[in-house]
Amino acid sequence: MLTTLLTRIKQKHRTYPFPDKKPLLPERFRGLPDADCSKCDSGCDECVKACPVNALSKKENQELLIDLGRCLFCLDCTEACPRGAIHFSNIYSLSSAHRKDLIWSNTGPFKPKAVLDKKRRKLFQRSLKLRQVSAGGCNACEADINVLNTPFFDLSRFGIQFVASPRHADGILITGPVTQNMHDALIKTYEAVPDPKIVIALGACAISGGLYSDHAEATGIPSSIPVDLYIPGCPPHPFTILDGLLHLLGIKPNEDKRD
Amino acid sequence: MNTFEQCMIQNSQPVPLERIPCLDSAVFRNRIIRKTENHERIVSFFGNKNTAGQIVLFAVMTEKDGLSVTSTKPGDTFESLTPSCPQFHWFERELAETWSLNIINHSWMKPLRFCSPLSNKTDVQAVHPIGEADYFQVEGQEIHEVAVGPVHAGIIEPGHFRFQCFGENVLHLEISLGYQHRGVEKALLNGPDKKTLHYMETVCGDSSIAHGTAYCQLMEGLNHCFPSARAQMLRGIMLELERVANHVGDLGAMANDVGYLPTASYCGRLRGEFLNMTAFICGNRFGRSMLCPGGIRFDIDPNGIEKLFSWISKVYEDTQAAVELLWNSPSVLARFEGTGTLSLKTVRELGIVGVAARACGLEEDVRSNYPSGINRFVHIPVSTWNTGDVFARGFVRWLEIQRSVSFIKEQIQHLVEGPIIKRQVPLQADQFIVSLVEGFRGEIVHAAVTDHQGRFKTYKITDPSFHNWFGLAYAMRNQEISDFPLCNKSFNLSYCGHDL
Repeated sequence: MLTTLLTRIKQKHRTYPFPDKKPLLPERFRGLPDADCSKCDSGCDECVKACPVNALSKKENQELLIDLGRCLFCLDCTEACPRGAIHFSNIYSLSSAHRKDLIWSNTGPFKPKAVLDKKRRKLFQRSLKLRQVSAGGCNACEADINVLNTPFFDLSRFGIQFVASPRHADGILITGPVTQNMHDALIKTYEAVPDPKIVIALGACAISGGLYSDHAEATGIPSSIPVDLYIPGCPPHPFTILDGLLHLLGIKPNEDKRD
Repeated sequence: MNTFEQCMIQNSQPVPLERIPCLDSAVFRNRIIRKTENHERIVSFFGNKNTAGQIVLFAVMTEKDGLSVTSTKPGDTFESLTPSCPQFHWFERELAETWSLNIINHSWMKPLRFCSPLSNKTDVQAVHPIGEADYFQVEGQEIHEVAVGPVHAGIIEPGHFRFQCFGENVLHLEISLGYQHRGVEKALLNGPDKKTLHYMETVCGDSSIAHGTAYCQLMEGLNHCFPSARAQMLRGIMLELERVANHVGDLGAMANDVGYLPTASYCGRLRGEFLNMTAFICGNRFGRSMLCPGGIRFDIDPNGIEKLFSWISKVYEDTQAAVELLWNSPSVLARFEGTGTLSLKTVRELGIVGVAARACGLEEDVRSNYPSGINRFVHIPVSTWNTGDVFARGFVRWLEIQRSVSFIKEQIQHLVEGPIIKRQVPLQADQFIVSLVEGFRGEIVHAAVTDHQGRFKTYKITDPSFHNWFGLAYAMRNQEISDFPLCNKSFNLSYCGHDL
């Protein structure tokens, strides 16, 4: 008993004061991409060709587009670029309510908005229960969602909880490219959640199919399931996930999205 | 054993395809049955089609001093091995499904992943809709059936579980998977290409480094471009960090399932620390983008080494304190001991690998039995226990955490200088290669056959979960159904690694 108590004292209080304090991210963290296309040779499209998921596209006027909904945040484009023009910044706040806002461009600002309509925000802001549905996810996204329940992130202090039954849930959080074999189960789970409800697509697979987008075995989230929040990454960092959830519920204002 | 009947192979070293003997089906079967009687085990059993369009089956088995491979051309039908060797149960169901091979006298033939044959690339509608199959049923008064999943409790991948119960007592559990099937192996054919490495990192996301290493080793074996000693050491460090992070997480999850919250909370946080160490080296908590054929993509400087060393020392102290609470709490031990026991005999018959096998005293560990990379130079002792229960699976994890941490601390201080990446050249044509890595769950096997142009004609992935799911079903016999979550966590098997 004494050892148990002593251990408790030694393990200390570990909850990180997010969002009041900026998150601790590793130095080599790969967040929002950035590119200086003034360095590009005309006609060069090495980065576009190197991308394993076709997330990059180049327009004629040196405009580079990167679809964060597809991006794996790997190194293939940065290594392929002969001029070293592309790199990843440490900006972790990437979530958006609109799929089109996930497209980063070197010519305009990246300002994705993620907030629920007033009615649902009011309903869910202080208590949100989610059912997680893995539909072909590789267990990396799932693992970093699970991490939010540890004392370090302490998700429940925001009133957000993961529950076992969709009947107890206010929404679903989908990971994976939605395999053909999970398609019906996903629809049934969605339908079992009482209205009004929310849907979150987490990770490149759920948002765009990711690596599996051209697989006949992966169907993607059916159009009958409207998505309220997209959280990009492969997998997204737990702080990216938490940040997305807090923006959605209006707990963290969207104004400080690029801090 | 007649040398014409088999070809000896080494981990990650190719042999020309023509050197693999092709036996008559009956001889092939008898050999395998004899070997399993002598406690040898199937490592991987898979098919491909030769240039004449005939199905060829390859069986890779353990040997006293390495691995062996033989093949056979079964024609349209193959007499099942399962009645004599239960460890072939799932392999043969897989063969029937992916190659439309008629396997006769199989004990319980039914779909495994509910997927279409491998040759069918566009129409992937499975012959059987997912989950629709004959389930084993017990009949009698007061017998009831409990069906769980595919969407089941917690933040977890999907699978379907059917329990045949008498009161609280489980007579039999049947596990039906396939929900995660993404067509990975189909997509790897004719590779490697720019997507291949990324597939490997997502075959089973919590084992990105282990599956990635298995692939890189296989590539390096096929083109003889081996990474530098520094790259091998850093790969070894990443693999052990992955193991420690997962084992710490598993111990926390097991504590949670018996309601012992102190260790559950501490280990949840500590697992994150180990993942952050991985991210400290390569920017991603799961080691994504760390590996590439020919070496690694991130190096570590002296300051980084110093930081990592003191960080892991501190976190290890906390881990030790958190985990040892388990072994000193009678209420935890009462739930762990004698729960979900697998006997040594069952483990051998089912061909169980990894932590679950070592928990029965079997010294099954790729790192010492078929070492590759840094493990050829630095030995990590095999950790075993002998009770085969939940306690043993937990305790073996703890022993492994200790050994992995001391390996990391030693290696990080003795990193040799050198380049971290070497240029790769095209792969050799018409080769057969098997690459093994001890992932945190157990033996990960990648096997490939290259065609005339040195492209993948076959790429077979065998995750340890493929061997072990049936072990979990077996461990549940005569257990209380309420112990299922605990037993499940003590195995912690992969759904996507199985479904591919």
